[in-house]
Amino acid sequence: MNENERTKHHDPGYGLFIAVWAALMALTAVTVEVSTIHLGFLNVVVAMAIASVKASLVVFFFMHLKYENRTLKTMVLVAFVILAIFIGFTFFDTANR
Amino acid sequence: MTTDAVNAGFMAPGGKSWLREWLFTVDHKRIGMLYLWCITAFFVVGVFLGLLLRLELFWPGRDFIGQQTYNAVFTLHGVIMIFIVVIPSIPAAFGNIFLPLQLGAEDVAFPKLNMFSFWLYVIGGATALASLFSGGGAPDTGWTFYVPFSAVTTTNVSVAVAGVFILGFSSILTGLNFIVTIHRLRAPGLTWTRLTLFAWALYATAWIQVLATPILSITVILIIVERLLGMGIFDPARGGDPILYQHLFWIYSHPAVYIMILPAMGVVSDIIPVFCRKSIFGYKTIVGSSLAIAFAGSLVWAHHMFVSGMSDTAVMVFSFLTFIVAVPSAVKVFNWLSTMYKGSIRLEPPLVFALGFIFLFAMGGITGLVLGSAGTDMHVHDTYFVVGHFHYVIFGGTGFGMFAAIHYWFPKMYGRMYNRRMATTAALILIVGLNGLYFPMYLLGLEGMPRRYYDYLPQFTSLHQLSTYGSWITFAGLALMLYNLIHSRYRGAPVGRNPWKAATLEWTLPSPPPTHNFDTEPVVTHGPYDFSEVRDDDGA
Amino acid sequence: MTEHRDYLGAKMGMWIFLFTEILLFGGLFVLYSVTLGRYPTEFHEASKLLDVTMGTTNTMVLITSSLFAALSVVGLRKGSRKVAKTCIFLTLTLACCFLVIKYFEWSHKIHAGIYPGGGTLTQWEPGKQAFFSLYYTMTGLHGLHVILGMGVFLWVWTRIAVGTCTPEHFVALENAGLYWHLVDLIWIYLFPLYYLIT
Repeated sequence: MNENERTKHHDPGYGLFIAVWAALMALTAVTVEVSTIHLGFLNVVVAMAIASVKASLVVFFFMHLKYENRTLKTMVLVAFVILAIFIGFTFFDTANR
Repeated sequence: MTTDAVNAGFMAPGGKSWLREWLFTVDHKRIGMLYLWCITAFFVVGVFLGLLLRLELFWPGRDFIGQQTYNAVFTLHGVIMIFIVVIPSIPAAFGNIFLPLQLGAEDVAFPKLNMFSFWLYVIGGATALASLFSGGGAPDTGWTFYVPFSAVTTTNVSVAVAGVFILGFSSILTGLNFIVTIHRLRAPGLTWTRLTLFAWALYATAWIQVLATPILSITVILIIVERLLGMGIFDPARGGDPILYQHLFWIYSHPAVYIMILPAMGVVSDIIPVFCRKSIFGYKTIVGSSLAIAFAGSLVWAHHMFVSGMSDTAVMVFSFLTFIVAVPSAVKVFNWLSTMYKGSIRLEPPLVFALGFIFLFAMGGITGLVLGSAGTDMHVHDTYFVVGHFHYVIFGGTGFGMFAAIHYWFPKMYGRMYNRRMATTAALILIVGLNGLYFPMYLLGLEGMPRRYYDYLPQFTSLHQLSTYGSWITFAGLALMLYNLIHSRYRGAPVGRNPWKAATLEWTLPSPPPTHNFDTEPVVTHGPYDFSEVRDDDGA
Repeated sequence: MTEHRDYLGAKMGMWIFLFTEILLFGGLFVLYSVTLGRYPTEFHEASKLLDVTMGTTNTMVLITSSLFAALSVVGLRKGSRKVAKTCIFLTLTLACCFLVIKYFEWSHKIHAGIYPGGGTLTQWEPGKQAFFSLYYTMTGLHGLHVILGMGVFLWVWTRIAVGTCTPEHFVALENAGLYWHLVDLIWIYLFPLYYLIT
């Protein structure tokens, strides 16, 4: 089977990608601006939240995950959950030392 | 085509030079055989190093090798056995040969990548060995490469860990290949609930390989960076933290234990129904427990670090989580025993090895709880108790799983049968030898004999000698088993397609299978342990 | 043996490979987050020494290169090898820009003695030293991935040129794009963690 036929029903075009790119640029500007305001610990949280929004845009649109089947989506979820476990559980130790 | 050529199957020469045919092969069966031979060769080296250690410990003080040599020998024994033998053993050798056959596929999903993984394995193994003979001498850190010692020792740690990095890459690519193969290349009718339990075990293992091994890769890169560039990431004087090394190391190396044991459990789950003529008891719970072990295994790494200076809260949390892993492991043991209950048991060599697996694995698993419980671990941490525990699990578990797999699939790989009586004898000698070798270690550990020590107090002499005698019995068992297999590979009686009357797809092919596997794509209509349709006329 | 084509399988394989990359950097993110938790003020002070303008420029360069990587796939799928090749060329050019800017940042720091074992850095408190050890390790490893990604795109470019990567069978380009987006993804986190810690 031709690879194009398999993907024809969801064919994101130039326009969508350029819109995503514009959003990513805007968010970059926002995160630089926000970092100049002093929010204490919240600065890290906000920076990470914005980075995660940007990351989601990249993963779902640039990397097409939005258009992939459920198996692949589940796999991606598992990978990120495991990474979260590794980081989170290490904190069990260091945060309580 | 002559009869000889037909019987040789995928092993038959294809008209090109031997080197091109084997070294550049993309056939999953040949790659699996290459792995099997390499692993066997490295296993023999590792066994001799182990025997050497036991021999040196026969008397207190120096018998015949010096302290530095002793340190190098136990490090090398660990590195070879863990990274080059046990981790690739069942998945890379038997997984490669039999996973596509059990799925009814022509090959794995990425045959060239498979060849590349094998090359990486060879290069990694050679690099690890090269560390012995180059630079500042053989590494003396133990296989765990703990900082700060590994960052400052003058021995050749950088080259050894570079070898580990390459081996890890090989392991990752094998895992990746298996996941895609299982998802994409199942024959028509082979639904997820008709998959063999061996395939399921490989699937769970593959996910650990893919998600945990990169952490080891980055850890060993950091050791190299630390040694060559003086980064100071684990140096407290420069803001680093050596305990974080242990976290990173065990984030991989604890799940790695399940990379070692899960495939062996898969083999046992495949063998027991065949020799009991009964469908496996609790198929779905065994599948579930494989996945549960893979997942829970990634939550418990810090139980290796109870005395490292980690926080007390973390000690309690990780100790509690460790007990959870025991549940799925026990579920499997109960399912195997229930499968045997009221089955028509044929005590053939594969089943003997599988039973040996259950017994020895249980011995190792139960003592694992002593170590997982923080209170008792404080007492036996870094003693021979730990050495006894993991050798029961890894040699008694994975090793026996590997031997069971060899004896189960040997007729399929070579088209010949070994001497069954000799195989059973070898299995029994091994079980006796292993208990003789490792049980005294539990007692030594409880009495306070620390691991990795070159010398010991006189009161430990008799137990150490008992253990050394055990190592000789074990060696005798291994020698007999290897002799039987190698002899039978050339002289054994020819067998037909299905000597064990098993119901999975690999037994529908000639022994050994032809290069292209299946003439027509098989259509699966029943589960892997449904023996009602197995015909009798295919036997040996 | 016949050529075995499995579009979904090839893509799944690439994604799984990307997971290993994510976890590879994941180990370093574990180290980073724990060390940040231990030395928040030192990290803040050390972070101020990095050039935010250069960091922001590099972020925009990399995001734009990612856009062209995505557009090259669209171009090839719509049947235009020319658009695809132009987009790849732009991606590669921007990747070079990224590396050049990174080079200036690093060399400026190294001249000032701010590197592990360097004269200036060893005088500072442990927290700042940890910041820069991690900074060099993580951005260094990321830079290595940028170079690898460029190699991958060059390889796909030749495949398009010789006609083995076509509007019908474009999975090689799509996978190269996935790899490039991952490199971008990691930078999206590295940027605020190193340049914007306050």
